[in-house]
Amino acid sequence: MTTNQLAVPAGRAPWWRVPQRHVPVLATLALLLVMYGIGVSQYRAFSGPQVVFNVLIDNGFLLVVAVGMTFVILTGGIDLSVGSVVAMTAMVSASLLGNGLHPALVLVIALLIGPTLGFAMGCVIHFFDIQPFIVTLAGMFFARGMCTWISAKSVPITDGFWTGVAQERIRIGDSFVTYSVLIALAVVLVAAYTLAYTRLGRNVYAIGGNPQSALLMGLPVGRTKIAVYTISGLCAAIGGILLSFYTLSGAPLIAVGMELDVIAAVVIGGTLLTGGSGYVFGTVLGVLVLGVIQTLITFDGSLNSWWTKIVIGGLLFAFILLQRLVGIRKK
Amino acid sequence: MSTVRTRLTGHRLFWPIVVLLALLVANTVYRPSFLSVELTNGHLYGSLIDIVRLSAPLILVALGMSLVIATGGIDLSVGSVVAVSGAVACLYISEQPDQNSVPTVLTALVLAFGVALLLGAWNGVLVAVIGIQPIIATLILMVAGRGLAQLITEGQIITINSGPYKTIGVGHLFTLPFAIVVALAVTLLVAALTRRTALGMIIEAVGGNAEASRLAGVRSRRITFLVYVVSAACAAIAGFMMTANVSSADGNSAGLWVELDAILAVVIGGTALAGGRFYLGGTIVGALIIQTLTTSVYAMNIDPQTALLFKAVVVIAVCLIQAPAFRARFRRRSSPPAAPPSASDVQQKEQVPA
Repeated sequence: MTTNQLAVPAGRAPWWRVPQRHVPVLATLALLLVMYGIGVSQYRAFSGPQVVFNVLIDNGFLLVVAVGMTFVILTGGIDLSVGSVVAMTAMVSASLLGNGLHPALVLVIALLIGPTLGFAMGCVIHFFDIQPFIVTLAGMFFARGMCTWISAKSVPITDGFWTGVAQERIRIGDSFVTYSVLIALAVVLVAAYTLAYTRLGRNVYAIGGNPQSALLMGLPVGRTKIAVYTISGLCAAIGGILLSFYTLSGAPLIAVGMELDVIAAVVIGGTLLTGGSGYVFGTVLGVLVLGVIQTLITFDGSLNSWWTKIVIGGLLFAFILLQRLVGIRKK
Repeated sequence: MSTVRTRLTGHRLFWPIVVLLALLVANTVYRPSFLSVELTNGHLYGSLIDIVRLSAPLILVALGMSLVIATGGIDLSVGSVVAVSGAVACLYISEQPDQNSVPTVLTALVLAFGVALLLGAWNGVLVAVIGIQPIIATLILMVAGRGLAQLITEGQIITINSGPYKTIGVGHLFTLPFAIVVALAVTLLVAALTRRTALGMIIEAVGGNAEASRLAGVRSRRITFLVYVVSAACAAIAGFMMTANVSSADGNSAGLWVELDAILAVVIGGTALAGGRFYLGGTIVGALIIQTLTTSVYAMNIDPQTALLFKAVVVIAVCLIQAPAFRARFRRRSSPPAAPPSASDVQQKEQVPA
């Protein structure tokens, strides 16, 4: 699928020689283990499994959105609208529930808005050949504007179904997870299957590798491009629902700048921003790395929240540099 | 007759200026006093002057962004540079015993400007030397820079009480607001450097094809490096203006979204994101459109966040009008000789809601 894979003949290399396309993902895994090790060695409370589950509980929505973004970035595109779509979904759900609509109906409506917007953006990107960056930027403005248009203030959710799902704890041994975590993991599995074993997944990698040759090979480039933005929109919508479970409210300024966290997670997870190479598994690791950084900074009471941003920036730098070095060696 | 019309509507500044005029007319209809400008105490006052004054920071950032985009890059970090430069300047001033002394303010400006140049150089090295995609290279500083700004202000809002510093934002010079004079001076400087020397052409050559221009003898890496430094420098001055306007530095919200507004201004002005061409005049009209839009939305008592909805409409309209694929679609549908006027009629309709 990628030149990378062709350059490394499978089965030929000795077992200890890691294929280069796996280097970024393995580096992320190593980083995650090191950070977790630091946490365990520094803080006694860190070693319990609940800490790991909490990372998933606190970042479930981020994980879902990042999975959608992985599809887009694999085709070489970018989707800046996800943070706003997450906010808009949460906002729409909160306000519709506040108006007494049936929760099932609210779920359907909320889950339709994101993909619709994504589909529209994908169509503009494909048919009018405008850069994804600028189209999704407009989508971001649009969705964020819609949030405030719905309500300038935060809208609490008191619906029984919503609070029930949000507060339900599923016991695993001594610890627990929420439904959000299960939903997020389900999304991850479906996405991983789609990318690895379906025709759509193959097309996504092919377009990211080289759109020109994908087109010459007769792959449906346009349809795939529109599909990835629709998928990203759907994931953002699911993320919005999960966020509304998490906060039990919709606020117009929620998830501002989330698209950057999401892109950072995907990059740290080893997906090449030029497209064509990367895994959903890497994205999961990327989200976990961000989550563990936050947990470490919370455990260390003396560090302030802005250190999270600085550390994420530093990690972004390190991983992009790593990608670049791996890329150079490939030549 | 028809050739004059085609030449007029074909001019790249035609649609941006039409949009700007439409916005001004809409404002005047809504509030007839909108266009009045008065001279009080030797200073010009009025809504129009206010719009230009408030758009000065955006014009500066967008100027730097134009050059970056002309090389085929993009600079997402300008908002963070705005926050960092404002934070450094305000922190230095706040720590001095006499905040009103001019040397203190000048030292603060030089210090903050130096920091901004360093940040620009960092971007430049990542893009030009290491060869990282610009959108990602500058994303690093976009994320980390805001953290740095908060680190500098220690998460607080630094409030200062310095007359000379405040002048940068709200003072007057030659009857005009000081910010306008600064923006004008920087514009003229950039225009002179790029359009009166070969620099502009070289920048466009690098944007067109960096490798080809390198083979033709252009030091393309040096040019790429340079535009990121210039972009950061412009953002730093904008940061001074924004913090001076409110006499305080907030690492969290100073310059928030400005990178997006600047990119919009550049795109509205007709510069393609693909690089290879840039139009400073268009960028300035673009920045004015965005500020006028924001001001008019505020004037109509609409929530600032809802203003984003209008921006989205304008962005898509302008991008579609400028997209060759979109134009081609209309040309194909209508009969060839009548094509340009009918296409423009349709486009006119698209822009009215803006």
